[in-house]
Amino acid sequence: MALQIDSDGTPSRKEFIYAVWDAIGKLYGEYGASLTSLMLIDYYMERKTAVIRTSLATVNMVKASLASITSIAGMDAAVHVLAISGTAKALEKKLNWS
Amino acid sequence: MQKRGGVTLKRVFADLHVCLSMNDSAATLRMISKTAKLGYRLIAAPLAPETNKEEVVKLRKACNEAKIDFASRIDLQPRTTNELMVQLRRLRRKFEIISVACDNKQVARQAAKDRRVDLLSFPFLDFRRRFFDRAEAELASNSLAALEFDMKPLLVLHGPARVRLLSSLRQEAAIAMKFHVPIIVSSGVAIEMLLRKPRDMAALACLFGLDENSALDAVSHIAHAIVKRNREKLGSGFVAPGIHIIREGKNR
Repeated sequence: MALQIDSDGTPSRKEFIYAVWDAIGKLYGEYGASLTSLMLIDYYMERKTAVIRTSLATVNMVKASLASITSIAGMDAAVHVLAISGTAKALEKKLNWS
Repeated sequence: MQKRGGVTLKRVFADLHVCLSMNDSAATLRMISKTAKLGYRLIAAPLAPETNKEEVVKLRKACNEAKIDFASRIDLQPRTTNELMVQLRRLRRKFEIISVACDNKQVARQAAKDRRVDLLSFPFLDFRRRFFDRAEAELASNSLAALEFDMKPLLVLHGPARVRLLSSLRQEAAIAMKFHVPIIVSSGVAIEMLLRKPRDMAALACLFGLDENSALDAVSHIAHAIVKRNREKLGSGFVAPGIHIIREGKNR
């Protein structure tokens, strides 16, 4: 899942993934979060994009959680899903990332 | 993408509740361009009853420049059924979308059965005044009113308040689906940062029990259908549903 972070500042990798886990935890609890197998694959600080991996069964849960993020590290923020794909290679192709 | 009759149709997304600040044109333009960037092709903004045509034309022009369509909307907040009737009579032909904020049961029931009402909305913090029950749904199913859910409270509330809201929304969505009352999902925000992509809105809608297709319909087809229906009605050639004046002949 490729994500675009929309915020005034630039959150660090750690702050971003903490916000994602926090959102999932708040919406679905620790049990729900454990089902997602969420992992941050790449984080591009300069262009404020990220690639995360999650299990197929919980894609909608993760999407809803990402949409519920309103701040990252105290800064107003939003996380938009750019693209979803089955493999990292297909995702990069979809977004023309090199 | 959705398949209809073997043809793949691309969804055209709409947000029928974007709050634009009429006093701050720069902020308005920013909101419009942001909604366009997020993938919406139709937005509606609540306007004041005394809004003149020039202001609507100006907003429509700004939206057209961002390649999105604009629909005028008014949010009525009547205290009595009489007040509702008076406001509907006065404003129905002025605005493309009429939403009624149902603050009491009498108003909610009247709004649900009146065919001039497009959207029913309920207070999101006062759970005792959310009157969308089976009786309300039955009335709404016989008229044209849709149930509107704003996503803003889901984003700004936290903890028990959000839990309570989700529970109410889930119950109301189940009742609406049972009685075939259309559901609209809109943002209801005035801040750019709270705007979400249509598919993210649909993902949020899944939180209260809508399946993926219904959630996507709530941010696309249903919203478009309301605007299309009302534009037809407000057009000069409209006589009755299904009857239009195509050409006028000369009197002999």
